[in-house]
Amino acid sequence: MIELKHINKTFRVARRNAGLSEAMRSLFHKEYTLVHALNDVSFRIGEGEMVGYIGPNGAGKSSTIKVMSGILTPDSGECIINGRIPWKERKVHVKEIGVVFGQRSQLWWDVPVIDSFELLRDVYAVDDAAYRHNLDEMTELLNLSELLRTPARQLSLGQRMRCELAASLLHDPKILFLDEPTIGLDAVSKVAVRDFIRRINAERKTTVILTTHDMQDIEAIAERILLIGRGRILLDGSLAELQKRHSRMKRIAVDYADGRFLPLPGLTLQSGEAGRAVFTADMDALSVSEAIAHLAKEANITDISVSGATAEELVLSLYEEFQI
Amino acid sequence: MKDAFRLYGKYFSIHLRSQMEYKASFLMMTLGQFLVSFSALLTIRFMFLRFYEVDGFTYPEVLLCFAVVLMAFALAECFARGFDTFASMLGNGMFDRILVRPRGLVFQVIATKIELSRLGRLLQAILVFCIALPESGVSWTADKILTLVLMVVVGVVVFTCLFVVYAALCFFTTEGLEIMNIFTDGGREFGMYPFSIYGKEVLRFFTYCVPLALFQYYPLLYMTGRSQNRFYMFVPLFGLLFVLPAVLLWQIGLRHYKSTGS
Repeated sequence: MIELKHINKTFRVARRNAGLSEAMRSLFHKEYTLVHALNDVSFRIGEGEMVGYIGPNGAGKSSTIKVMSGILTPDSGECIINGRIPWKERKVHVKEIGVVFGQRSQLWWDVPVIDSFELLRDVYAVDDAAYRHNLDEMTELLNLSELLRTPARQLSLGQRMRCELAASLLHDPKILFLDEPTIGLDAVSKVAVRDFIRRINAERKTTVILTTHDMQDIEAIAERILLIGRGRILLDGSLAELQKRHSRMKRIAVDYADGRFLPLPGLTLQSGEAGRAVFTADMDALSVSEAIAHLAKEANITDISVSGATAEELVLSLYEEFQI
Repeated sequence: MKDAFRLYGKYFSIHLRSQMEYKASFLMMTLGQFLVSFSALLTIRFMFLRFYEVDGFTYPEVLLCFAVVLMAFALAECFARGFDTFASMLGNGMFDRILVRPRGLVFQVIATKIELSRLGRLLQAILVFCIALPESGVSWTADKILTLVLMVVVGVVVFTCLFVVYAALCFFTTEGLEIMNIFTDGGREFGMYPFSIYGKEVLRFFTYCVPLALFQYYPLLYMTGRSQNRFYMFVPLFGLLFVLPAVLLWQIGLRHYKSTGS
């Protein structure tokens, strides 16, 4: 179980203006500004939850992950994970967590992947039977049998990420931190990674905390969303709840052969090109059938689709709402 | 402890396999390392073709001194290279990775970077020993051998501590401090000759501040028979005290890093 209470973290960042003379001056006199990376952050995550941790760049996502994995000591506040304070009992704590940094590899570059795995087994002192069992399971779930004998430097990004995931789970961690696990992956690899995370969560009851900018990740994986902006937790809830809250807006995409659309209060044109137009309809002003009836009046419609706001749009509107 | 050695063996093996992926590069690096220190040997040789002694020390004695320092430095660099390249380890996030592994930090820094091409220098050191040992005119009794072993072992410890100090400073500066090379690479170069030849002040500095002379100058006096004082034989042991400030500085640096995260 993860519990954060009133965590604060402030960094001192050196600032200077552009230019050579400013650079020279800063050698002797540095001006610092305080950046509140984390501002009274509190939340609780139960065992086996899958949480999507979202927010724009620089909002404090990485700092929170660093605090929870014991890399960073906060200025004040409490953080208890599985009954321990991460930065006080580092060695015991990290045995129970797995961390994947999407942009940094933990595999040895020049040797076959299996060699890296075996070293990890020794580092974490995983006993042979458990290691065998985990390796077989990962190999099957992530389809690694072809990759294990390949040096990491020859893997594609998607293949490498599959191996990274396996590497972080060999010691049966109770909690898995994933920092942008799908960054830069192609569509097929993304789906494979998401499926795998869901299965691990379902079968092993591993708690998963995932930061991402990819809203499809959130839709596919996260049962719960934590939104952070400028160091504060702004929102905590399920994706469905958020969608309900923002479901006043419907998106209507229309393909048409000819004709035109008349303006109507509550119906806004988002984008229009020859033969295709996308509207948003405000459900407070009109119903879906009214909207469709209106659109069909003077246009010859060939296809029409109505959808709620996508996760992407939802998050954008959240960012707007909280001005982050 | 036994477990740590076993694990170190595993790390060593994976380094060996990694570096064998690039055999040509490995061999050339090793050869290069060998030649660099070979040129140092030549300087000493040429020097003694003109002068028969330097500040009272003869050619074989200086060779012996050179061999000890070179051997200690080569071993320290080969096995504590992680501290020497610590700035890059901080820069590329490797150290964060180390922090989320359930092993000692110092152990992991050492094990994460083992540079076997540095063995070229070690080879050189062995070669110089082969020349110096028979020529030195020292009768190799048990106490002289013990002195020699103490010199090398403490030498490795002191050089390693210098690398640790260097790494600890990286926690504050993030970038490597070239100035520290005065004591590491510089120590190796100055250390070719007994420190007394540079004058009293320098000898004092390398005795009390950066204790390189403790495993070089003083025991050398006893070994070559210039002094009968048995105390000089055990002077290297004082060099081990250098571990304390090095570890302290490392701890302070680590605390700073964990509170700034950069």
